[in-house]
Amino acid sequence: MTVLASEKRDAPIARPAQHKMSWAWVGVLPFFLFAFLFLLYPSSTIAVGSFQNSTTQAFTFKNIVALFTDRYILGAYWISIQISLVTSIGGGIFGFLLAYAAIRGGLPRFMRSSLMTFCGVASNFAGVPLAFAFITLLSPTGLLINWLRALGYNPYYHGFTLYTFTGLSIVYMYFQFPLMVLIIAPAIDGLRREWVEASENLGASTFQYWRFVALPILLPSILGTMILLFGNSFGAFATAQALTGGQINLVTIVIGAQLRGDVLGDPGLGYACCLGMVVVMAIAITGYTVLQRRTERWLR
Amino acid sequence: MKRGNAAWSWFVMFVGILYFFLPLLATFVFSLKAKLGVLSFYSYEQTLSDPTFVYEFTYSLIWAVLTIIVGILLFVPTAYLIRLRVPQLRGVVEFVTLLPFVIPAIVLVFGLVRTFSHPPLLIVDSPAVLVAGYTVLSMPYMYRAIDTGLRSIDVRTLTEAAQSLGAGWGTILFRIILPNIRVAILSGSFLSFAIVMGEYILAQYLAKPAFAPYMAYQIQQQAYGPSAMAIISFALTWAAMGIIQLVGRGGEQAQLAGGH
Repeated sequence: MTVLASEKRDAPIARPAQHKMSWAWVGVLPFFLFAFLFLLYPSSTIAVGSFQNSTTQAFTFKNIVALFTDRYILGAYWISIQISLVTSIGGGIFGFLLAYAAIRGGLPRFMRSSLMTFCGVASNFAGVPLAFAFITLLSPTGLLINWLRALGYNPYYHGFTLYTFTGLSIVYMYFQFPLMVLIIAPAIDGLRREWVEASENLGASTFQYWRFVALPILLPSILGTMILLFGNSFGAFATAQALTGGQINLVTIVIGAQLRGDVLGDPGLGYACCLGMVVVMAIAITGYTVLQRRTERWLR
Repeated sequence: MKRGNAAWSWFVMFVGILYFFLPLLATFVFSLKAKLGVLSFYSYEQTLSDPTFVYEFTYSLIWAVLTIIVGILLFVPTAYLIRLRVPQLRGVVEFVTLLPFVIPAIVLVFGLVRTFSHPPLLIVDSPAVLVAGYTVLSMPYMYRAIDTGLRSIDVRTLTEAAQSLGAGWGTILFRIILPNIRVAILSGSFLSFAIVMGEYILAQYLAKPAFAPYMAYQIQQQAYGPSAMAIISFALTWAAMGIIQLVGRGGEQAQLAGGH
């Protein structure tokens, strides 16, 4: 109470007068106006359109039901989910190994900072140029395919194509694992060296150290970041569009095609596709945030 | 328990380096092969002297600069006021600034096109919608960079010192606060720059000239030009990230972005 009282006594001197409060509100108004006009309002258009019959404007669940019954849309979601699962788990594991190797793997110091720089660049190098880079590497006449052919092995005779699921997964990994490295690095830094020494002193094997100490601490962070990677690939569009020319049936590609010309045959379905996408992304980001918070408890 | 066995670390790193450099190497080698039988920079000469390329590329530069200016004008005062005067809005503002993570660019552009192509808001053809869209996409990075910058200085003391010397709000914001967080603003700006220069979706669907849609179109038309453009684009990304590292010194978190 005494603290409160003294605060009250000081308050008028230390803080600006009351009427200026309203100016502060005016000052943040442009931000909210901007956010409303170009983010919140367009998003709400999508939410509303998802529950509207596109000809009569009447309220309906038809579009949402179609998300779960229309075979074309379901197929698109399924392929998007598959590719996001594969590249988030694959990219997550490889990214973790890379980050661990650079930070705790006994490599020279400069490897770490170079890796971080590379990852910063690679996680931003996506879309059209990335698609083209992989075309020059892995198309039927690409550099690596030529090398392999010279060695007597042509992957294209063994079911590989750049322009379908496998190829797209390989391309997506290019921006997936660097993101994993960047986000997981602080968590690996947080693993204290004393913990290794303590387990050693207690006679633990390497396996036991990982099984009972390191992994339980890192797991929420690893899983959380993998969920983030899932969202990262789920929302990707430009890379797939440039690589396959829109031939692969991802949700984002369907939305893009719907926007160019009503391929779904009903504008309402386009809205519902977008809404479904936002829901998946929201779940991914929430999962990431929750798991990340769990890790922070340990790594402070 | 044995430690210091670096063999597997080297192996993992080797695979990573291969993965990172092989596509770039392939693109670079390809870009040199535009003239039959010899290695040359012909594709670069061709691309850089092509007026259409220059036109589209210049527009991307203009969009990037406008996005950065709008971002600074919009987010610096907001972040400053949130920190100093209306902390009760912090939660709302942070939520809004993180929303673009939840709304993929293709969904954002879908919403923008559908919203602004009907009266009373028939402004979908205006470049303002494009720049606003870019500002939304770069908002999570720009706002966070600015907010982190503000956290590292004593906003309250600086403000009160300036006030007691008779400075108005404009002077405080643009002559006191802005110069003090210039490193943070630079990082945010170059990240925004990298995002806008590589962004394909917004310009494509809002039908505006820009580098990435032009390149996507050229991939269908010719072989060697796009390889030169891919290398140019990569060099730009690298330069932007390099400058961020140079001015920021180890802000690893600041580099997370993406326009896939």
